[in-house]
Amino acid sequence: MSSNNPRQQIHGSTAPSTDTRDSRIGEGPDDRFNSKLREAFGSTPFILTKFDKFMNWVRGNSMFMLQFGIACCSIEMMHTYAIKHDLDRFGAGVPRASPRQADVMIVPGTIVSKFGPRMKRVYDQMPEPKFVVGMGSCTISGGPFQEGYNVVKGAEEIIPVDIHVPGCPPRPEALVYGIAKLQERIRNGESSPVVVKPYELEEFGDLPQDELVQKLASEIDEEDLVMRYNWADSP
Amino acid sequence: MSTGLERDRVPVEVTEDDLEAIVGDRALARDDHLNAPGFVVRPDDVRDVLSDLKERAGFDHLSNLTAQQYEDRYESIYHLTKYADRTQEVSIVVPTPIDDPVSESAAPVFSTADWHEREAFDLVGIDYEGHPDPRRILLPETWQGHPLSKDYDQEKPQLVTLTDHANPIQPDHHDAESDTMFLNIGPHHPATHGVLHLETVLDGETVVDVDPDIGYLHRCEEQMCQNGTYRHQIMPYPDRWDYVSAGLLNEWAYARVAEDLADIEVPDYAQVIRTMGAELCRIASHMLALATFALDVYGDFTAIFQYGMRDREVVQDILEDLTGQRLMFNYFRLGGVAWDLPEPRDEFVAKTRDFLDELPAKVDEYHDLLTSNEIFQVRTHDTGIIEPDVAKDYGCTGPVARGSGIDYDLRRDDPYGYYDELEWDVVTEPGCDNYSRVLVRMQEVEESAKIIEQCLDLLEDWPEDEREIQANVPRTLKPDADTEVYRAVEGAKGELGIYIRADGTDKPARFKIRSPCFHNLSALPEMANGEYVPDLIASLGSLDIVLGEVDR
Repeated sequence: MSSNNPRQQIHGSTAPSTDTRDSRIGEGPDDRFNSKLREAFGSTPFILTKFDKFMNWVRGNSMFMLQFGIACCSIEMMHTYAIKHDLDRFGAGVPRASPRQADVMIVPGTIVSKFGPRMKRVYDQMPEPKFVVGMGSCTISGGPFQEGYNVVKGAEEIIPVDIHVPGCPPRPEALVYGIAKLQERIRNGESSPVVVKPYELEEFGDLPQDELVQKLASEIDEEDLVMRYNWADSP
Repeated sequence: MSTGLERDRVPVEVTEDDLEAIVGDRALARDDHLNAPGFVVRPDDVRDVLSDLKERAGFDHLSNLTAQQYEDRYESIYHLTKYADRTQEVSIVVPTPIDDPVSESAAPVFSTADWHEREAFDLVGIDYEGHPDPRRILLPETWQGHPLSKDYDQEKPQLVTLTDHANPIQPDHHDAESDTMFLNIGPHHPATHGVLHLETVLDGETVVDVDPDIGYLHRCEEQMCQNGTYRHQIMPYPDRWDYVSAGLLNEWAYARVAEDLADIEVPDYAQVIRTMGAELCRIASHMLALATFALDVYGDFTAIFQYGMRDREVVQDILEDLTGQRLMFNYFRLGGVAWDLPEPRDEFVAKTRDFLDELPAKVDEYHDLLTSNEIFQVRTHDTGIIEPDVAKDYGCTGPVARGSGIDYDLRRDDPYGYYDELEWDVVTEPGCDNYSRVLVRMQEVEESAKIIEQCLDLLEDWPEDEREIQANVPRTLKPDADTEVYRAVEGAKGELGIYIRADGTDKPARFKIRSPCFHNLSALPEMANGEYVPDLIASLGSLDIVLGEVDR
C-alpha cells in the first residue's frame, strides 16, 4: 500500500505508535542542542558567518583522498591511513579510488616520463576545488633519482602542489602534519599559487616543428596528446 | 647443511669438461666470471647452445640476461643455472659488433628471455633477431635512443604520448556471434599495486589476452648505481627497489655481490644480525602481501587489511630500533652492518621476542579470516594456475615458484649469511594456484620467525668482546678491471640477482639488476588467459609484485 502522505503508524507492528516528532524530542527542552556548540555559542544555536568562510571550514574538515599509489612513499601513505596513525581522525582520510570523487591528491613517489601524462590526466579528472600534497623528496625535486634519464624533476613540473612533505620517505607523522597544514590553509581560504608549469599535454600538431617532432611525425597522429620533456631545462 | 633442508633428489653434477664438450666448437673463447665459467659464442649460435645446455646438462633456469656496451662491441650475457642445484652456473657471452648489434633471440628456448631481450633492446640497444615481440618495454614507444648505451645524450628532449589503446585482437575474434572488448586496467588503479598498466581483452567476462605494460616507475636504478661508488653510494638504492619493507633483503643482494667482487669476509656476528634483520623484513613484506591480497579479493579495506598493517607496524618498530629508519634502512655496509643492536640490548631482544610470541596467535587469526573462509577458498582455489614447467620456463622464483611445488630457495640452495647454520624449512605447496601462493607466504612467516628466534639466541649468548660488526674494508674499493660477477639472494619475492662488471675505477661499469617481480609478472598471461576478470585480479595480487622492482 502506497500513499503520498507520511504514515503515523505501522500496521501490524507491536511497537507503541507515537507521534514521530514527539517521540524523538521527548518531553521538556530539546536536548539535541545541549552540545559543545551550545556551550560555545551561548543560548542561541545560530552562527552568522560568511558563506565562503563556512564552505572553507567544511572543505578543510571533510577531505576525500585519492587512492593513488606510485612508489615507496605509498607504503608509508597506507600506514598513515591504517590503524595507529589513522588519518581519518583529522577528517581527511577516506581514500577514494576514483579521481572524480576526490578532493586531495597525495603524490606519493617518483614521477617518470611515462607516468607524467597519466598523472596529469588523473589530476585533470578531479573536480574543483582540488588540492595536491607532494609526498617525499621525489615529488619535490626527483629526490635520489634526480639525475636519472627518465625521472621528472618534481611533481610541480606537471601539476601545482600545495604542500611539500620532505623525507625519503616521510614518516606517517610527517604526512599527518602536512595534511594538517593543508587543512589549515584550506580553512583560511588559501589556495595554491598558480605555478607556471613547464610540462603540459599538448596536441602533437601544435608543437613547434623541430627535429624530434619531424622524426616522430610518421608515428604520431596530429591530434594525439603528447607531453614534451625538455630535460636540458630541468634543474 | 642442517636437518630438514636436504633435497629429495641429488642433481647430476656437470663438470667444466662436460660443459666444454657440450658447447664444443661453438665456443669462440672462454670468459672468466667470478661466479661461473663463461663461454663466448657467435650471435647466430645462441639458440643452439642454450637449448643444448638446457636439454643435455639440465640448465633449466635462465636466471638473468645482461646486456652492455663496450668501446668496441655490444655484449649479451645469458646467466644460466638450475632449479635443482643453484650452485651450478654457466654464462654464455654473446658479443655483437658495434655497427650492427644483432643477436639471435633465445625466446623460443626460454620464455623468460622474451622480456629480458625487450629490456636489453630498450635500454642498451641490441636487436634480437627472431624475437616474437620486439617492442620497448620500460620506456615509452616514442623514446629516442637507448639510455644505457655509450652515445646516449641525456639532455635531448623526449616526447611521450597519451593515446587510447586499440584492441589488439579484435579482428581475430570479431564475427556475428562473438566480439571482444578492450579493458584498460591502470596505470592508476587500486588493484594493480602501484602503477602497472594491464591491457586486457575480454570476451564476455573471460580474459582472452592480457598484456602487462610496465615502465611507469622506471627510475633508472641501474644508471644510479653505475654513478655511485661501491663503498657507500650504492647501498641506499637497493632499499628502493622492493620498497615494501624488504630493504634489508635487497641490501643483502648488493652486499653479497660487492663482497664477492672485492673479496671481503664478513664477520659471523654481523652475518647473524643480517640474517635476523632480513627475516624481519620478509615478515613485514609478506604481511603486506597478505593484506593487499585480501584487499584485492574481498575489497576489504577495513578488517584484514588493517590487521596486516597492525602487524607490520610492530615489525617496523623493531626494525626502526635496529636500523634507525622505518622503511629505507640503509643499514648494511660492505663487510658488515652499520651498528650493533641498540642499547639496552635486553630491551630490544625482549621486544622482538614479544613479537615472536604473539605471532602464532596472529597467524591463526589470519587463517580464520582468510584461508579457512569459504568465500576466499572459492575465489582462490584452482584459479590462476601456473604449472611447475611453465613457472620454470618464465623464470618464476620465490613464493610464486614454491606455490607451484618447485623446491627452490636460495637461502638453502646457495647458502649465504648464517642460514645454513640454522634450523628451518623451505615451504612448498603443490597446488599451483592462488590459494597455494597465499599458504606459502603464511607458512614462510612462521619459518622466518623460527630463524629470528635462533638468531636472537645466538646474539644474546655472543661474548661481548667478540661482537665484530664490520670487517676491515678499504676506504676506496677499486676491483680489478674486467672482473665480472653475478650473485643472487632470496629476496622477499624471489631470486634477486645483481651483475657487476668492474672497470678498475671506484664505480661499476655495468650494474644489472635481476628482479624477481619482473619475471613473476611476465608469467601473468599464462595464469590469467582464459580465466574470469576477478581471477585476473586475484592472480595479480597473488604474484605480489612491487612496481619499484619490476621497473627498477
